[in-house]
Amino acid sequence: MALACFKLPEFLVERDYDKCINCRVCERQCGWEVHSYDEEVDKMFADTEKCVGCQRCAVMCPTGALVISPHPGRYREHGNWTQEHLRDAIRQSETGGVVLAGSGNDKDYPVYWDKLLLNASQVTNPSIDPLREPMELRTYLGAKPESIEVRDGKLVSQLPPQVQVETPILFSALSYGAISFQAQEALARAAAELGILYNTGEGGLHHDLYRYRGNTIVQVASGRFGVDPDYLNAARIVEIKIGQGAKPGIGGHLPGEKVVGEVSVTRMIPAGTDAISPAPQHDIYSIEDLSMLIYALKEATNYQKPVSVKIAAVHNVAAIATGMVRAGADIIALDGFRGGTGAAPKIIRDNVGIPIEFALAAVDTRLRQEGIRNRASIIAGGGFRNSADVIKAIALGADAVYIGTAALVAMGCTLCQKCYTGICNWGITTQNPYLAKRLNPEIATERLVNLVTGWSHEIKEMLGGLGVNSIESLRGNRLHLRGIGLTHGELETLGVRMVGQ
Amino acid sequence: MRNIEALNNPFGDAKVISNCSIFGMMDRTGRRFSGRDISRAIANMHDRGNGLGGGLAVYGIYPEFADHYALHIMFTSAQGRKATEAILAANFQISRDEDLPTQPTAEIVNPPLVLRYFVKPTHSRLEGLSEDDFVVRKVMEINTSVEDSFVFSSGKNMGVFKGVGFPEQIAHYFCLEDYEGYLWTAHGRFPTNSQAWWGGAHPFSLLDWTVVHNGEISSYGINRRYLEMFGYHCTMHTDTEVITYAVDLLMRKQGLPVEIFADIVSAKLWTDIDRMDPESRQLRSALRQVYGSMLLNGPFSVIIAHEGEMIGLTDRVRLRPMVAAAAGPMLFLSSEEAAIRLVSPEVDRIWVPQGGEPVVGRLECTSEAPKSDQPLAA
Repeated sequence: MALACFKLPEFLVERDYDKCINCRVCERQCGWEVHSYDEEVDKMFADTEKCVGCQRCAVMCPTGALVISPHPGRYREHGNWTQEHLRDAIRQSETGGVVLAGSGNDKDYPVYWDKLLLNASQVTNPSIDPLREPMELRTYLGAKPESIEVRDGKLVSQLPPQVQVETPILFSALSYGAISFQAQEALARAAAELGILYNTGEGGLHHDLYRYRGNTIVQVASGRFGVDPDYLNAARIVEIKIGQGAKPGIGGHLPGEKVVGEVSVTRMIPAGTDAISPAPQHDIYSIEDLSMLIYALKEATNYQKPVSVKIAAVHNVAAIATGMVRAGADIIALDGFRGGTGAAPKIIRDNVGIPIEFALAAVDTRLRQEGIRNRASIIAGGGFRNSADVIKAIALGADAVYIGTAALVAMGCTLCQKCYTGICNWGITTQNPYLAKRLNPEIATERLVNLVTGWSHEIKEMLGGLGVNSIESLRGNRLHLRGIGLTHGELETLGVRMVGQ
Repeated sequence: MRNIEALNNPFGDAKVISNCSIFGMMDRTGRRFSGRDISRAIANMHDRGNGLGGGLAVYGIYPEFADHYALHIMFTSAQGRKATEAILAANFQISRDEDLPTQPTAEIVNPPLVLRYFVKPTHSRLEGLSEDDFVVRKVMEINTSVEDSFVFSSGKNMGVFKGVGFPEQIAHYFCLEDYEGYLWTAHGRFPTNSQAWWGGAHPFSLLDWTVVHNGEISSYGINRRYLEMFGYHCTMHTDTEVITYAVDLLMRKQGLPVEIFADIVSAKLWTDIDRMDPESRQLRSALRQVYGSMLLNGPFSVIIAHEGEMIGLTDRVRLRPMVAAAAGPMLFLSSEEAAIRLVSPEVDRIWVPQGGEPVVGRLECTSEAPKSDQPLAA
């Protein structure tokens, strides 16, 4: 028997009946069935309790009759027991389950990007105007040798495989299954248009997306979904997923209801079965096992593709990353604790892992101390909100960044955090055809291209201000950063001086 | 460990900023000439400096000790000299040591003692190192661990003379009109800080490599971190130190030719690389992929010299001045044309090199700058 519901609603749906024309757009747009029409009284009604605050109805309402706001009805305020703590405890006492969440850690932890400030040239060297002068963002991912040999003006050395991207911003792993086909297609098309890469995530590669192979990173995760030789060789980079910033140490679980049709074919598992990604890769219980998988993948791809290893940012990340490089990884992908997810236990999402700023700084520093920084590129992910975050990450030592949440926002996402439910009013994290088809891949592509283009322009402006005309002159150049409001220990770990110094 | 930074960087800045005048002249037949002309030339660019650093490097001055490392070392205390001489005695055979001759110069105040030592490494101390690497190690040891001592230069048949003052005053103080060499470089400094230290003046040197430099490299932070991966300790916090170590790593240790060095530190633009023939494109792409952290980004012009060779180079988009001229066997490099015209009114050719295009003068051959529209041959 279901226990009685004691929860207050989270959102308030207010309708201005003077404006409402009973067009029923809100009703059709809401996958949560908040809105309904009562023919007898010729009036729209709303079930406030079902609302997740995604704002789809409010922005689609042709007369602007809807306002969705946080519900003013609140439990008694308490400094320790926040509304969220109360709500979660009440929900768990009803179900005995784990509270799930989508998207990234939304807690009020310090955002260190906001405590780092950039430099600019004055007097002693000129700033450069990117509208009039060359400004280079091109980046190559892959292992670099310590030196090269040149004989008679010709290159003698053979370099390990290098993957070119025109701007150091890549789309993070978002699997087909977790997101709709339309969303993944938009990511692939935008990557191709921008000369960057998108990442399949662990859901395999849909046959219709093989045409974007020049811009694809394929993932090999613990469930090994959709992995076969064609899949590996369709990629520019093969990425082994060890962990994810939103849920370090936790596997994945795509419920059987979502494993339908093309998802089942692409993941290479029977329709209707749960797609379970174990927490560890069961052939990797230690660093030497990782090395074997790295070289198995290199063999399978004839040493033509860099192999990336993605880990969640955890406490001893620097030592782990060093081991990964020594195990043969060409790229280290670090995912900070603000990284997004389609589904994770909320308690994990909000309490496990460390900020990408520190993980990145620690790994870059350690690899340099070990003299092996050249042997792997670093891709940082987990919480990039704008181009300033990106350029600060480059200055801390990243070769490129992964953006996931920002890409979803470009496609319409408003961070309602219900990705794990299979209902997404924006057509992104759903396999419901009625909802998914509202995401037009063409428009979503354009919006993604616009976002990355805009950020790249801003990065060029900031680089020019610093007095450099190439991104590699900022990479790892922490002298162009200063910390504000940071402790001595934080400054030391980040390797930056404080403002005014 | 001695804190050299406190001397050269009294305010603890992230980097010591200075801008400058530079001049170089070389007789490619190896004929030796006095320091008179270069003093006049660098004095002609007086206003590009502010009297807080000047210096000269000269090659071919010690033919009688050509097989010895000539150490020019400055001391600001007797204890410093004693400690340094103990290191020298333990590691080298010293064939001669003497004070550098000086003459009273009104503007040069409170000068340190500067001595020269003609030495050869004691073989039993090499421990498998080459003589050059051994000398580098000992120079670093003196510069970073011995109080009140600093090695100006440590090459064979060459020497660096430098200090706080305008370069023409330094040249007068060290009596450089009495020396003869086939290659001279000079530097007048304009640091933004008002405190200056004799060791911080240019030329900066390691073995027989010297660098005089005018510029402000905005990529300094990553250049430095890259060099640190290869064991270089940047104690001076100056661009010049970083350029010197870049020369040492890329040209001396890795043996890359000067044209390749230029293509690394003043890398070609991708838009140019994309238009090259496949072979050149592959080489230039590889240089940028592998040595991206060694790109010296920001305005600079620099004259690098070592035995038998003088190299002029500017940054990739030429944000600092450099003029080159050839007059018979003479090759000139200067921040300003007027300084060249002063000492050599008639020239065969005078030109402004393209950004990132090296001008190379070598003994007994006349390899000047390649034409800018031709791909460089390594």
